[in-house]
Amino acid sequence: MSEEGIIKKLMYVNRKAPYGTIYALESLEVVLIGAAFDQQVSLAFVDDGVYQLTRSQNTDGIGMKNFSPTYAALGDYDVRHIYVERESLEARGLTVEDLMPLTYEDEDDDWAEKESLRIVDSSELATLMGEQDVVLSF
Amino acid sequence: MSLLHTVNKSPFERNSLESCLRLAEDGHAVLLIEDAAVAALDGTAHTETIKNATGRLSMYVLGPDLDARGLSRDRVIDGIEIVDYDRFVMLACEHDSVQSWL
Repeated sequence: MSEEGIIKKLMYVNRKAPYGTIYALESLEVVLIGAAFDQQVSLAFVDDGVYQLTRSQNTDGIGMKNFSPTYAALGDYDVRHIYVERESLEARGLTVEDLMPLTYEDEDDDWAEKESLRIVDSSELATLMGEQDVVLSF
Repeated sequence: MSLLHTVNKSPFERNSLESCLRLAEDGHAVLLIEDAAVAALDGTAHTETIKNATGRLSMYVLGPDLDARGLSRDRVIDGIEIVDYDRFVMLACEHDSVQSWL
């Protein structure tokens, strides 16, 4: 076994709305578990996946756990690249204002707080996906 | 026969709502629940289709499903009534039967 691990580029692609199915929560759990393995991780939110990041989710009325605050903790797990497809937002009448702010602290820049969420268009996201070693779909 | 149709899939992902609207008769009721709640929002790619349907169908959306997904009640299409679980039960009782579009 080699002492240094192999660092791979890993992208989680999220395409489902939260709560109606278990995909969104399962993806988040896998991301948090995977964060222990020092890989270069990014998340993409496409199609109905963009609903996972909406502000002010309140699940009191449906008797399920609101797991949306956990996305804000991703920065602490070194997940610094969160991409949201512009076309998916637009088709749903949503803008970046409707999404939670997501940030991380950059240890190379005196722990400055920086945005991890970025809105990208389809062509840019296609390029990013093409650069990955592994793409995991949820 | 007066029917209550329930739809629980997002129109962006499945054609359940589209089929429901095509096959529901005038005067029937359609209730958007679970992931279908996203269809109730104004300004989406499906808004026009749903606005047209409000003219001939009674359209409802389950409020707690909007809240869970962070969808503001203020942005629901005019003509769609927001209901709670108690009203859901009432609607089911008031109609001759319930048809689920999964």
